[in-house]
Amino acid sequence: MISKKLKRVDIIFECNGCEPTEVVKKAMKKSPDEIIAAVIESGLRGRGGAGFPTGMKWKFAKEEKSDIKYVICNADEGEPGTFKDREILDVVPNKVLSGMAICAYAIGAKEGFIYLRGEYNFLLKKLQTIIDAFNNSMSKIGLDFAIEIRSGSGAYVCGEETALFESMEGRRGEPRNKPPFPTQAGYNGKPTIINNVETLVYATMIFRLGVKEFKDLGTTDSRGSKVFSISGDTPKAGIHELELGLNLAEFVEEFGDGDTKAVQVGGASGHCVPRKLFKDTIIGFEGIPTGGSMMIFNSTRSMFNILNDYLEFFAEESCGQCTPCRVGTQQLIKGIRAVKQGDMPSEYLDQLMKLTETMQIASKCGLGQSVANSFSSIVTNFREEMIY
Amino acid sequence: MTKIKISIDGKQVQVEKGQTILDAAKKINVRIPTLCYHEDLCVAGNCRVCVVEVEGSRALQASCAIPAQNGMSIRTNSPTVRNARKDIIAMLVSEHNTQCTTCYRSTNCELQTLSAEYNIDNNRYLSILKPNTTKDTSSWSIEKDDSKCVRCQRCVRTCAELQHVNALTVSHKGKDMKISTFHDLPMKDVVCTNCGQCVNRCPTGALTERRYFDEVWEAIGDPNKHVVMNTAPSVRVALGEMLGYPVGTRVTGKMVTAMRRLGVDSVLDTDFSADLTIMEEGTELLSRLKKVLVEKDDTVKLPMITSCSPGWVKFCEHLFPDHLGHLSSCKSPQQMFGALTKTYYADKKGIDPKDIVSVAIMPCAAKKFEANRREMNDSGFQDIDAGLTTRELGHMIKQAGLNFLELEDSAYDSIMGESTGAGVIFGATGGVMEAALRTAYELVTGKEVPFENMNIKPVRGMEGIREATIKIEGALPQWSFLEGVDLRVAVAHGLINARIIMEQIAAGESPYHFIEIMACPGGCIGGGGQPIPTNETIRKQRVAAIYEEDMSMPVRKSHANPEIVKVYEEFLKEPLSHVSHNLLHTTYRKRQHY
Amino acid sequence: MEDTEKLVVDLVTKHGKTRNSLLPVLQGVVKEEHFLSEAAMIAIAKALNLSSADVYGTASFYSFLDTEPRGENIIRVCKTITCKMKGKHQIIEALEGHLKIKEGETTRNNKFTLLSANCLGWCHKGPVMLVNDDVYPEVGPDSVIDIIEKYC
Repeated sequence: MISKKLKRVDIIFECNGCEPTEVVKKAMKKSPDEIIAAVIESGLRGRGGAGFPTGMKWKFAKEEKSDIKYVICNADEGEPGTFKDREILDVVPNKVLSGMAICAYAIGAKEGFIYLRGEYNFLLKKLQTIIDAFNNSMSKIGLDFAIEIRSGSGAYVCGEETALFESMEGRRGEPRNKPPFPTQAGYNGKPTIINNVETLVYATMIFRLGVKEFKDLGTTDSRGSKVFSISGDTPKAGIHELELGLNLAEFVEEFGDGDTKAVQVGGASGHCVPRKLFKDTIIGFEGIPTGGSMMIFNSTRSMFNILNDYLEFFAEESCGQCTPCRVGTQQLIKGIRAVKQGDMPSEYLDQLMKLTETMQIASKCGLGQSVANSFSSIVTNFREEMIY
Repeated sequence: MTKIKISIDGKQVQVEKGQTILDAAKKINVRIPTLCYHEDLCVAGNCRVCVVEVEGSRALQASCAIPAQNGMSIRTNSPTVRNARKDIIAMLVSEHNTQCTTCYRSTNCELQTLSAEYNIDNNRYLSILKPNTTKDTSSWSIEKDDSKCVRCQRCVRTCAELQHVNALTVSHKGKDMKISTFHDLPMKDVVCTNCGQCVNRCPTGALTERRYFDEVWEAIGDPNKHVVMNTAPSVRVALGEMLGYPVGTRVTGKMVTAMRRLGVDSVLDTDFSADLTIMEEGTELLSRLKKVLVEKDDTVKLPMITSCSPGWVKFCEHLFPDHLGHLSSCKSPQQMFGALTKTYYADKKGIDPKDIVSVAIMPCAAKKFEANRREMNDSGFQDIDAGLTTRELGHMIKQAGLNFLELEDSAYDSIMGESTGAGVIFGATGGVMEAALRTAYELVTGKEVPFENMNIKPVRGMEGIREATIKIEGALPQWSFLEGVDLRVAVAHGLINARIIMEQIAAGESPYHFIEIMACPGGCIGGGGQPIPTNETIRKQRVAAIYEEDMSMPVRKSHANPEIVKVYEEFLKEPLSHVSHNLLHTTYRKRQHY
Repeated sequence: MEDTEKLVVDLVTKHGKTRNSLLPVLQGVVKEEHFLSEAAMIAIAKALNLSSADVYGTASFYSFLDTEPRGENIIRVCKTITCKMKGKHQIIEALEGHLKIKEGETTRNNKFTLLSANCLGWCHKGPVMLVNDDVYPEVGPDSVIDIIEKYC
């Protein structure tokens, strides 16, 4: 795997021609099949963390026979260390809306929703005004599509697609069994496209700039660029858009504070990469994928505290329905504390590692399945910090 | 229907489209362990015990939830699956109160069985059982012990889908996730009807009935107390399941012997007072019909609805309090029995009623609540001192060290021990209706109901709501106003169907004259106090046994029961008399709707 | 009591009488009354034809839909790792000292409730806190006092 040199890009936030109707009108000159082919050709993959090929998703939804279909923008950004969707919605909201409109046109949906996390309620008023104007302009250009905002109320797990549907349907945000998948039966049991905020902006930009421009960035497996939320022990904390496929060592050189011990790639549900592995790590779908969260830790930080923090987060935010996640997260917290305090031998950490393997393969949804990522990467690479 | 072909552990199996991997496994007798899955309920897929390996998938899949797809290759018992299952069970044990020796469900607990099968003890992981978990004993009928909850949500699904009462919910999330009532109020303060269907489906001892057999043992052991035990129809067709008999075996004779051997002073039959209920309620129905059809009295409500199911009565009081006028004023057989025990029986036997302890053995959890309703002391004493479930009786028989299989049959004591086929069919859904029709029809026309062997098939069966129309022909002179009338009746079981009936009544669209409603699916044989487990097959087998028992009885009409004739001659005078009204009828009250 | 019922009726009229409206209705009540009282949940259940237990179970799932009494202004300080690294505990201590309550409690005059929250999405500008729907990134132990004074 060859990584790309660190390269800053400015696709997401550039605001030339931010007015949405132009790009939607331009897209509508193509047929729905042509639009979907373009998105597939571009290689765009979901930017929320899961990385599903966006074009394929749109294709599946288009192929479903149903009078009612939905396009939902997942703005329930709750992953620790991630704040890029907030910035995107604040600075370039129209790009999100036009991405939704293009998708709606391609799959045959008339209703769109933005599920905005409750912690971002301060964006509501501004967004509503923009959306009202947008809905108006869509009807003017002959697209039967209108968007509504729905608010979350403080539940990280509602970022999981089926949990999000449950929440919108007035229920507890407990993930559903899959199959059926969202494109088959999502919100209200109808075919639904649910895309991350950033994914929708890239979808818009593919139609504004062209498929080739997007494809030329990144690598074969990780086409395009991505917005990163960078925080922690860094002098350059904030939002940075970079080409995908970059090497972590170069990233640290650019963004670290000179004393970087570890980088948490992908938030609490991501991987913790220790210094010795920086040069061998690629940020992209062929290496370590991420929803954009990059938390940088220097040598003054305790990896035990960091792991403890992540596990407490999961134990609180788990929906609680399935055994491996509900109990597993609590077991991991109690276990690492017991080892740290000397109440249990260090070998118990190995038993906990096996437990995370079970969580990874037996949990009902991505939350429980991802706990293993940070647990095993931290315990493996920083074992000495876990022990009394 | 499209056929799907998959392979499970190397064996090929074909299923219909839409069926799950679990369905396919059952077809070829491959047993996949489950916990949150229950035949009566919709699929949840949350416990993860039933996970299996699906070729091509990184994650294990819940076999109860995933539909079979053509070409799937499943492994149910690979090392990966076994290790995952072991971990899952160990995790459940780590948040569980593992004091099995004091637990009522010990030896019939699904978590215990799984732990034994997979060799799990509580040392594999640290215990995360919270020290402040609550045990709610506020209700007369149901006990909720959160320290034993595996959070399978079967109880919530039962209360929501099967009964549509929605007294239980899941609250909070993550490590605080638990099964709660509205705002975690005590069970006695919410809309819980005490039907106990949640208890029947709980895999562990988290939800059980409130138990009173220790008090009953004490009364039996007290030489100054005269203990009278009466048994409901449904007990005799289900008790055997706990004591070595296959489902659907009638164990009436052995049951009576066993109870005597426990030391009970008098073993009597609730079926007697079931016959009594028919006399009172049949007369009440005819009286209401007269008031409505002839006198045009609009304070009298039709349809009249049976009132012997206390879970149903409480449901009506909470959720349809404006329509309580439709309920028959008759008490249930249990309560009529209690009232007579402390008056008529006491008098005839020359025993001071204050020394009588009346114990009812019921298939029901709500009867415990019913016995303690403040309206239920018309005898001057608490009419029924203790209600025990079939399960508790089974426990007492085991505790007494009786070898149930070897016991000889014996007959009930008298007085109040004789019954009829009409009394025994109370246990099945449709039974009260059928018994009432057998008597009412004959009262009105002088002839037996026009059905072969008096088996009124249209009101039998398992559909949620059944209807029948009986034309009254050849009415006797005093009932001439009913000549030619099409008597329309309905039978409903399960509170979800009760709700449909009541909504129809509330909308003013009910076409019936008389309705039987039972809170529990299957009727009392599926009651909240019956042996666990339960499913539709088991309930059907118990119902078949009930009708068998009916056919075996020499007398099959309530009004022909000689002890019934006698109690009216000697004591009550006639149905709806002043004495009857005092002792055998009751009132209802409005309850809050949450 | 009556105000609550009227609020619920208005919200249900606005959002619709289906289950899908439950979250917007709950959010509307919390916005006005700061938490969901038993009376409010019972009224919502009646209006949407749900059981009260169902409404409670759904509401209690969401951290921002409190079913326990809260004060007029709810302070939520982010407790996730990057905010911890930037000194969120000093913010909590400052607030606890100034308001004379511990985290999780409400002031005697019912003006403020002090709570923690998980990642609020301002990791590059921690420590961050919400007061109701207003967000305040990069707070310090002194500036945080000035901020809440504005709500008095």
